[in-house]
Amino acid sequence: MSAIPTTKTTYREALREAHREALARDARVFLMGEDVGRYGGAYAVSKGLLEDFGEQRIRDTPLSELAFVGAGIGAALGGMRPIVEVMTVNFSLLALDQIVNTAATLRHMSGGQFSVPIVIRMATGAGRQLAAQHSHSLEVWYAHVPGIRVLAPATIEDARGMLWPALQDPDPVVIFEHAQLYNLEGELADPPPTVDVERAAIRRAGRDATIVTYGGSLPRAMAAADELARAGIDVEVIDLRVLRPLDGETIAASVRKTHRLVVVDEGWRTCSLAAEIMAGVAETAFYELDAPPARVCTEEVPIPYAKHMEEAALPMPPKIVAAVRQACGKG
Amino acid sequence: MIEFRLPSLGADMDEGKLLEWRVRPGDTVTKGQVVCVVDTAKAAIDVECWHDGVVQRLLIEPGTTIPVGTPMAILREAGAPEKQIERSIAPSPAAKPEAPPAPIAAPVAAPIAAAPSPAPRGARRRISPVARRRAAELGIDPDDVPAGSDGTVTLDDVERAAQGRPSHATAKAAAPVVPPATTMAERAALMRRVIGAAMARSKREIPHYYLAEEVLLAAATAWLAEQNAARGVSDRLLLAPLLLKAVAVALRRYPEFNGYYRDDAFSPSGSIHIGVAISLRAGGLVTPALLDVDRKDVEQLNRELLDLIRRTRAGSLKSMELSAGTITVTSLGEQGVGTVYGVIYPPQVALVGFGRATERPWAVDGGLRVAPVITATLAADHRVSDGHRGGLFLAALRDLLQNPRELTTSGS
Repeated sequence: MSAIPTTKTTYREALREAHREALARDARVFLMGEDVGRYGGAYAVSKGLLEDFGEQRIRDTPLSELAFVGAGIGAALGGMRPIVEVMTVNFSLLALDQIVNTAATLRHMSGGQFSVPIVIRMATGAGRQLAAQHSHSLEVWYAHVPGIRVLAPATIEDARGMLWPALQDPDPVVIFEHAQLYNLEGELADPPPTVDVERAAIRRAGRDATIVTYGGSLPRAMAAADELARAGIDVEVIDLRVLRPLDGETIAASVRKTHRLVVVDEGWRTCSLAAEIMAGVAETAFYELDAPPARVCTEEVPIPYAKHMEEAALPMPPKIVAAVRQACGKG
Repeated sequence: MIEFRLPSLGADMDEGKLLEWRVRPGDTVTKGQVVCVVDTAKAAIDVECWHDGVVQRLLIEPGTTIPVGTPMAILREAGAPEKQIERSIAPSPAAKPEAPPAPIAAPVAAPIAAAPSPAPRGARRRISPVARRRAAELGIDPDDVPAGSDGTVTLDDVERAAQGRPSHATAKAAAPVVPPATTMAERAALMRRVIGAAMARSKREIPHYYLAEEVLLAAATAWLAEQNAARGVSDRLLLAPLLLKAVAVALRRYPEFNGYYRDDAFSPSGSIHIGVAISLRAGGLVTPALLDVDRKDVEQLNRELLDLIRRTRAGSLKSMELSAGTITVTSLGEQGVGTVYGVIYPPQVALVGFGRATERPWAVDGGLRVAPVITATLAADHRVSDGHRGGLFLAALRDLLQNPRELTTSGS
């Protein structure tokens, strides 16, 4: 068996390559957003694309999320396959009306005559001292809404592989890229594997407890799992990958094996994705539970600016370790 | 499946402490059988079960104080399939060995310091869902599985129990069960509080009115003397049962004094169960009921009254007796005063009082003679009756006592 050739890359570069592939494969695909062209994107995802694909396909927009997301919806209705980049989920609230009231509803309101094949990418999450207006994790706002698919690539592979299947979806897809993942380094198979945008993935197999997480919390959960392993607690880590529709089967199957559930979610706990996952497990796997389901979420404060306070607010590995130990009766 | 719950043993009872089980899992129970002894604030009461069945599981440990209505045991209905019960009572090799039954403690026992800390009252054991399911698969009663260190029975605890391996908690669980204990002073204070609560409620809620009537006892005492002439000391008839019988017969004619006032309405009782106020030597008061007084003859009532007093003072009343009274009679007896005006025991609506029977001057046929006289009083609930009817009731009572021979034969 020969080793699969791999390339050393980053999450950011993997995203860029995904755009490059999509732009090259489908002439209907174009990218637009604030500073995606000349500046190369707020997180430098689109750096160099303007030079390669030109102004028609890499389009800088005015500072109006409502306007350019709306324009993207119009383009999608007109047969294009737009990728719209919004700087952060905080700013996407300005386009909430376009996404929730228009993109998500048109298929249903037109009796299936129209669909909106738009992909909207945005950064999310805290940890970079950008304070409360740039750091929140509002994924659940979108995961709540029928009519859209919500993705959260947490690995280089998913960063590379999710964009193309997202563009194949005839309905709106929102992709969340955690700001702390862009610099993530790792090996990527060459050619990159195809990935689905349907199922959760087991990132680490274990038998004592299940951690369900996604996005920027995945590396923290993995770090916590390593520490717990040294203490003799064997944790299974599930990466949701798809925040809507949720892959309840994979979660329930894991809980049937481990009987303990800890959800790690950078959103606030009240009405969180974590709450939804716990409710789902309580509904489908109640008789498998050996301990109350637990969750580690962000403290219910606007994300603080000061570094030590920001860290204290977030679901960092020590909190995850403590929650798992508690669930295992070893608190 | 029948749930046996802690009954209310009186309107003033909110909770009780289980002292002792008189049955064990697997025992057959017949309706009316005493299944456990419960300490109310007033006494240790034998509690009956009102279902036929087989005891499947005891849910409450002796020493635990639980609110009224708490399930105490699970019974399998007579005739229900055996299988279910066999599984939980069969001495599965996995189940922990049965602790020896706790010695029966007198209600007033060791100092409080010796009391164990029982499970939180009314608490359901913490058994995880998967542990419960696995136990069912293995045929283990999860309530028999020792819990882990945090008090929760988990899947591991069930698996360990199934393999007969000791749980980490077993060593601790092996400590002997110490019978519950309450000091004398505590018990007295508790009883005083309970009486106070019931009487305060009575005076707060019930608009009492009071009537009194002097009753000539010449005929009654003469009849008693005649009866007792042929009897030994131990089975002499007392005045009290005769008075009780007269009250019961009078109540048949005046049903508005016999029953309960609940939810803004009076419901008369078809039976006449008279709560008899019995003072305890250690202080305090209990009013256990003599049942169906109107339908029993005086001799039987005499016997039952003596038995009731003896058992009250021994602390072995039955739950039914404590809660059954439909009216109360208080008699301060020979050492008491001339007249007693009682406080109604809610939700009852009347209380009949008898003072001390004394020799008094009495006008008869235009002349004076000395005769035994007793003052009968009525405290009644004005929401239910008026003084006029109360007066007629007392007059009927008075007249009935003038003809004791007829009274004693007016049983059913």
